[in-house]
Amino acid sequence: MNATTANRLAIREDMTIYQAQAQKEQLLAALAATEDLELDLSGVGEMDTAGLQLLLLLKREVLQQGKQLKIISHSPSVQHLFDFCNLVGVFGDPMLISAKP
Amino acid sequence: MDELTSTFVNESRDQLIAMEDGLLRLEQNPDDADNLGAIFRAAHTIKGGSGVVECHFIEAFTHKVENVLDKLRNGEIPVSGELSTVMLECCDHLGALLDVLAAGSPHPDPEVQARGDALLATLTEQFLGGSARDDALPVEHSSELEASGGGVVNTDAWHISVRFGPGVLRKGMDPLSFLNFLASLGEITAINTLADAMPAAAEMDPESCYLGFEIHFQTRASKAQIEQVFEFVRDECTLYILPPHSKINEYITLINESPEGPMRLGEILVRSGALTQAELEEGLAVQSRSAGVEVEGASPAQTPIGEILVEQKVVHKELVEAAASRQSVLSDKKALDARMIRVQADKLDQLIDLVGEMVIAGAGANLLAQRSGQSDLMESTSVLLRLVEDIRDSALQLRMVQIGETFNRFNRVVRDNAREMGKAIDLVITGAETELDKSVVEKLGDPLMHLVRNAIDHGIESAEVRAARGKPENGTLQLNAYHDSGSIVIEVIDDGGGLPRDKIRQKAIDKGLIDAAATLSDHEIINLIFEAGFSTADQVTNISGRGVGMDVVKRNIQSLRGSVEVLTAEGEGSTFTIRLPLTLAIIDGFLTGVGKASYVVPLDSVVECIELANVPEQRNYLNLRGEVLPFVRLRELFGIGGEIPSRQNVVIVQYAGEKAGLVVDALLGEFQTVIKPLGVLFKHLRGIGGSTILGTGEVALILDVPALVERAISIEGERLAPGTAATNARTGGAHESVSIH
Repeated sequence: MNATTANRLAIREDMTIYQAQAQKEQLLAALAATEDLELDLSGVGEMDTAGLQLLLLLKREVLQQGKQLKIISHSPSVQHLFDFCNLVGVFGDPMLISAKP
Repeated sequence: MDELTSTFVNESRDQLIAMEDGLLRLEQNPDDADNLGAIFRAAHTIKGGSGVVECHFIEAFTHKVENVLDKLRNGEIPVSGELSTVMLECCDHLGALLDVLAAGSPHPDPEVQARGDALLATLTEQFLGGSARDDALPVEHSSELEASGGGVVNTDAWHISVRFGPGVLRKGMDPLSFLNFLASLGEITAINTLADAMPAAAEMDPESCYLGFEIHFQTRASKAQIEQVFEFVRDECTLYILPPHSKINEYITLINESPEGPMRLGEILVRSGALTQAELEEGLAVQSRSAGVEVEGASPAQTPIGEILVEQKVVHKELVEAAASRQSVLSDKKALDARMIRVQADKLDQLIDLVGEMVIAGAGANLLAQRSGQSDLMESTSVLLRLVEDIRDSALQLRMVQIGETFNRFNRVVRDNAREMGKAIDLVITGAETELDKSVVEKLGDPLMHLVRNAIDHGIESAEVRAARGKPENGTLQLNAYHDSGSIVIEVIDDGGGLPRDKIRQKAIDKGLIDAAATLSDHEIINLIFEAGFSTADQVTNISGRGVGMDVVKRNIQSLRGSVEVLTAEGEGSTFTIRLPLTLAIIDGFLTGVGKASYVVPLDSVVECIELANVPEQRNYLNLRGEVLPFVRLRELFGIGGEIPSRQNVVIVQYAGEKAGLVVDALLGEFQTVIKPLGVLFKHLRGIGGSTILGTGEVALILDVPALVERAISIEGERLAPGTAATNARTGGAHESVSIH
């Protein structure tokens, strides 16, 4: 399941429409609890539009509330999706640049 | 493997074959633009399909291959032997990748991956000018379009603007998979993800979709094809597709209609390179002036044209471009699709089984009708019988395939193996349109492969030797096929050194296959190579001699009820001849009777029927118009009792150029019959090929003509060996010849 330390949230399940409702609560709760949220996505298996949307929402909330969001690790599928949707810059987190096939 | 994937794998294999054929032809005809186009399309189709089934490793690999092919097509790189070799290896690798996909593994194993990477590296270095990042799908430019806002801009890509409706996710559709599919049609050069429609966190429903995408997209696909990508979500999304070279005011319209507001989208378009900042500002300014006039030309070279005209011209351009480039391709493909249907082989087999039953039932009805003596009934059953016959023929036709496809595979084999051996060999294919049963074709591949490899390896000499022997430097290997009395004959002919008769004889003696004192005809000696135990262990090379001897070839062919033999002339070449039955299911038969039993002779092998007269009891040959004709008395062979009738008949049958007679009591006429295989118990029974059921419900055995002919000839051969045929052949009597057609 998802392990949480003080300001770090690690998601270790898929981020798809099936988990979206629960994850929205979880992400927003985590953000409410801290000024400087670190998100570990290295354990995310599959991510679809719903999951992506949640991250975008989170990022927007962070900006609106003047907080910080760092995604410290991306699983390959997250990385691929960020690449594909040209969102790396939007989140602004360091990421291994993958060579496009 | 789901259905989509398996369809993809099957179709891709077809495309691969087409690609390989094309590449081989390319070597002979480097300037054939149609051929190049076909190769490119094959690769493109595989790439497109791999995107749909989300098989990214195939997609990525094919993409690079396609790039090289495109350069080739545009004449940027020349056709060369190395290129063909690499591209053929790429085909092989694609085949391997398809295997990976078919096996259901998510990634190719490291070995396959490494090979693919090596191939890609070669492609990049040698043919793509070393620029590893040259990923953009090339797009045909007619010319750069002077945009009305001034300055040359990159509008040669499609611009797709899509906003997905909130309900999309809940309906089980993932917008990203549509984009993935889109990406398979071409190259997404820029994409922007827009989440502006997303409400504040509290109201945001995580199961609704709020996203939109602005996509800059380079492709050869038509607008309709792009639209099709979004077909399933068409009602749920707002979609704008701007063709390449769209006028600025079309972008402006898009900007104005976007839910995010004009400035936001305007920025995005500038960022993605569709518009320049100046164009955007000017465009918006013009619009705010509410002028119905198009932007006035900034440079004199541009003629100001009325908006409507421009609109029309744009539409016109897009239509013409898309139509011209795609139409021919599409119509070709559609025409082909319309002519072909994929059917499960099981369904065909079932149909043929049913037709077989119908043939039997039809024969039964016909018999009853004839017994009843009602002429009306007889007439209608005979019509019915004719129709049944036609249906049977058509049903069998369904399973018939041309052998050409099998032959064409050898283009590659010959090319590669000849190169490896340092020999120059031309492959000549004749009779490619000869048809035979699919199940036979499938089993024919391996034996043929062995014979072809053997011919390349041992048959055809090296160029030096050939030159010394006064032969043309290029060796010739011929694959030939034709129909001959109910069989198909396939020949593998080489013009090489031929088989060394004395060596074979010596080897056979060494291996204990024949006795040193045995007198054998040349033909018999040469055919010893098909004997088990005549292995060629000391001749193993990379190409032939992979531990499979000629005896395996023979066994494979025999399991198809066929035969194989070789003719050779030392120094001139060898001809391997394979004979196979056309089909394994239904034959036209000739019904004969011996005592109370009925026997069916396949009609195709029947030459004529004569009366048996003036032949002494013990002798088993007769004089047929000056020829010695050995025969077999079926009564004796099958141990049938009963009284010998006053008139006995000889059915003269032919197989592989040899004739023999079968002595029967009665000739009962033509009879079409379904072969029912005999049970395993009778597997080793010689002389009987199967059974069938007569209209009366009785069982008739189908004679195995090749076996009987062989038997008759060998027995007579032994008996006649000491004497000469001519002196003994005088006494036979042949009268009353009845020809059957």
